[in-house]
Amino acid sequence: MKKKRILSLSFVMLLGLSMILAACGSGGSEGGNSSSGKGSSILVFGRGGDSTSLDPSRVTEGETFKVTVNLFETLLNFGEEDTTIQPGLAEKWDTSDDGLTYTFHLREGVKFHDGTDFNADAVVKNFDRWANGDADKFPYYSSMFGGFKGDEEHVIDSVTAQDEKTVVIKLKRPQAPFLKNIAMSMFAIASPTAFEQGDDQFERNPVGTGPFKFVDWKANDTITIEKFEDYWQKGLPKLDKVVFKSIPDNSARLNALIKGEIDLADGINPADGEKIESNDDLQLIERPSMNVGYLGLTVTRPPFDKKEVRQALNYAIDKETIINSFFEGRANIAKNPMPPSISGYNDDIEAYEYNPEKAKELLAEAGLADGFEMELWAMPVPRPYMPDGKKVAEVIQSNLADIGVKAKIVSYEWATYLDKASKGEADAFMLGWTGDNGDADNFLYVLLDEDNIGSNNYTYFKNDEMHDLFIKAQTEVDEEKRNEYYRQAQEIIHDEAPWVPIAHSTPLLAAKKGLTGFKPHPTGSDMLLNVEVK
Amino acid sequence: MVGYVGRRLLQLIPVLLGMAFIVFMMIRAIPGNPAQVILGQQATPEAVAAMNEKLGLDKPWYSQFFHYLGGILKGDLGQSMRTRLPVADEIWPHLAATLELAIFAIIIAVVIGMNAGIISAWFQNSWFDYTAMILALVGVSMPIFWLGLLGQWGIAIELGWLPTSGREEVRDPVHAITHLYVIDTILQGRFDQLGQVLRHLVLPGFALATIPMAIIARMTRSSMLEVMRSDYIRTARAKGQKMFWVVYKHALKNAIIPVLTVIGLQMGMLLGGAILTETIFAWPGIGRYIYEAINFRDYPVIQSGILVVAFIFVMINLVVDLLYGLIDARIKYD
Repeated sequence: MKKKRILSLSFVMLLGLSMILAACGSGGSEGGNSSSGKGSSILVFGRGGDSTSLDPSRVTEGETFKVTVNLFETLLNFGEEDTTIQPGLAEKWDTSDDGLTYTFHLREGVKFHDGTDFNADAVVKNFDRWANGDADKFPYYSSMFGGFKGDEEHVIDSVTAQDEKTVVIKLKRPQAPFLKNIAMSMFAIASPTAFEQGDDQFERNPVGTGPFKFVDWKANDTITIEKFEDYWQKGLPKLDKVVFKSIPDNSARLNALIKGEIDLADGINPADGEKIESNDDLQLIERPSMNVGYLGLTVTRPPFDKKEVRQALNYAIDKETIINSFFEGRANIAKNPMPPSISGYNDDIEAYEYNPEKAKELLAEAGLADGFEMELWAMPVPRPYMPDGKKVAEVIQSNLADIGVKAKIVSYEWATYLDKASKGEADAFMLGWTGDNGDADNFLYVLLDEDNIGSNNYTYFKNDEMHDLFIKAQTEVDEEKRNEYYRQAQEIIHDEAPWVPIAHSTPLLAAKKGLTGFKPHPTGSDMLLNVEVK
Repeated sequence: MVGYVGRRLLQLIPVLLGMAFIVFMMIRAIPGNPAQVILGQQATPEAVAAMNEKLGLDKPWYSQFFHYLGGILKGDLGQSMRTRLPVADEIWPHLAATLELAIFAIIIAVVIGMNAGIISAWFQNSWFDYTAMILALVGVSMPIFWLGLLGQWGIAIELGWLPTSGREEVRDPVHAITHLYVIDTILQGRFDQLGQVLRHLVLPGFALATIPMAIIARMTRSSMLEVMRSDYIRTARAKGQKMFWVVYKHALKNAIIPVLTVIGLQMGMLLGGAILTETIFAWPGIGRYIYEAINFRDYPVIQSGILVVAFIFVMINLVVDLLYGLIDARIKYD
């Protein structure tokens, strides 16, 4: 009898506990669904990781730029959804005929968040700050402008203030993508008053001229920015506050969006696309593609030193199946190392079609009619250009088996993977790239030129003719001539086949229905100037 | 007693030294160059070389190790290579987040786990016993990743009872003082926020508590079963004392020592091993802090982060050992 009573008692206790939890829940569930009751409009932007720093000139990492593009402005801007050059803090600019002198006419009435005036002097101080730094402090500056003050390769000769609102930049030699470089978010103009107090404290207390100013940063959790009341474009931004929230897991981030805890989510799995489209409360947003996912073939490792073998792999891999199965069709088949949206893309190149017979013939020509054994490196992390490395590797593995090549799939933790691949230790490896400034140089030269062996040219591919074309293109200011160089280079790359280009994917975002005015940018750094949340 | 504590604290020194050395060597044995990872794919070789020199990575390992040890002895945990902030400043908010979650989880695990274990032992072979022990088996083997997402979907989205992730309502953020949000909201008298913070704790707390709860339940049950068969329990029952008091007062006191050991170990595990829960629930805790440092090869953060967690682990075990003496008068330290 007693036993029974205690058993039922414990059951009642369990029931009670669950009721308390439920009550707890219904008590405050309104809080999760709408913006806070104070009548201000807040956007919560969910993303995968936290920023490293809030000084864009000191990092090379995208999660930082996502925030700083809204805190700072650059002399020139990219277009809303492309990488054309548009006015920014400079209203107008002139280029001399020899391509050596650039004159920027600055906008009037612009102030930094700390009240400092924006003028030519501030611009000069920013360039001086970068040029007097070193590669450890300003890593991107040296990659884009060839080094620092005093280095022979440094492109910028001088930056001077002609008057209060005019800045003149003189170059030592023409640099074709100069204006595009100037528009990159890392070369944002910061308040001299703020950074003169020390670089390290500036990273945590950024001061720019952008539509939002910095409020608070909770590491690995949230970064909060709020409307800058004295912003030079009246009536903008439309939001009062933006909170960038790190939710590392893609599914958990989508859950938070469905629940209404966040308004906008980056890094949506292609597989979730349909689920979002069929949800009446959500909208799916496609980011314009500016990336490439590829299988690199290390040309120093036999048998990949033979062109025929590399071409054979190009014929052997069924890209269409890969794109349909793992990108859910949200990608285009790649035939060149850069996406078609980039000026200089060679559309005349005929893609290697899926043709195992042809592949076998080529292998036979190379004296490998019986096939060979190789290692196939599968990417351990999902990236927009390669959502599921291991599964794509399995498809490639079975494609290769069809032509008699035995591929063993291997994978390492990400930092190890990159390190070993850059040392040329992989036979064939998956990798990809997202462009920084929409220039052909930023894909072709960076990924395939001999100058970048050991860093971004993981295949160790080398070609003198191609190298000459790249170097000529870098200083050629005539756009048409320059594009011709890149088209020729793509022909060489196509024929030599150091890569099997796979896909140019469309990265996905999702937002709640009431969000308007959001324009995803191909570089991955989105301006939130016109965004509204209802 | 004081002498015992003193001796135990002295023993900590070689343990932590050994720990520091092993971690130091281990992270250097894995491939991957911190400078390259920090600077990103775009970095030039010169930039990487400059970074290596700045970080002191161009020096031989023993010189790096002694430099690091020297810093630790001065109370300097080093500086993060990635964020350029002192590890000592960065670590507390993360540690606080994990502490709050781990304490919440261990309370759930102890309350539910121990009671389930006691009742199972009391009514051995009843339906409750079978159900509880099957649930415990399921609990131990449940992947947290799956359980977490299931909780988010079922309890947060479908039922709408709780938030899916995070520590606070982001549209009404907690002003951090101690970084333990439960305490911060009470200090500021924001009881509405306290409710929010507690609601955010429930899902990750239960997810994290599953495994310890199951282990504690099983440990309690077997330990109780043993005690329940002893003579003094039979005597107590023969005296006609109420069964409830026999179980919860007399039996439990003698059965609790091994359970306490398990609780201590589990608490230590929760502090360092909450990475999965922290990832799924976007909890900015120490597990994720160290995990991300590993991805970036941020040596000082990995070294000092693990050292701090190890230190707390050892301290918890010390406290557990001292508790034995308080609970069981037969255990004496001198």
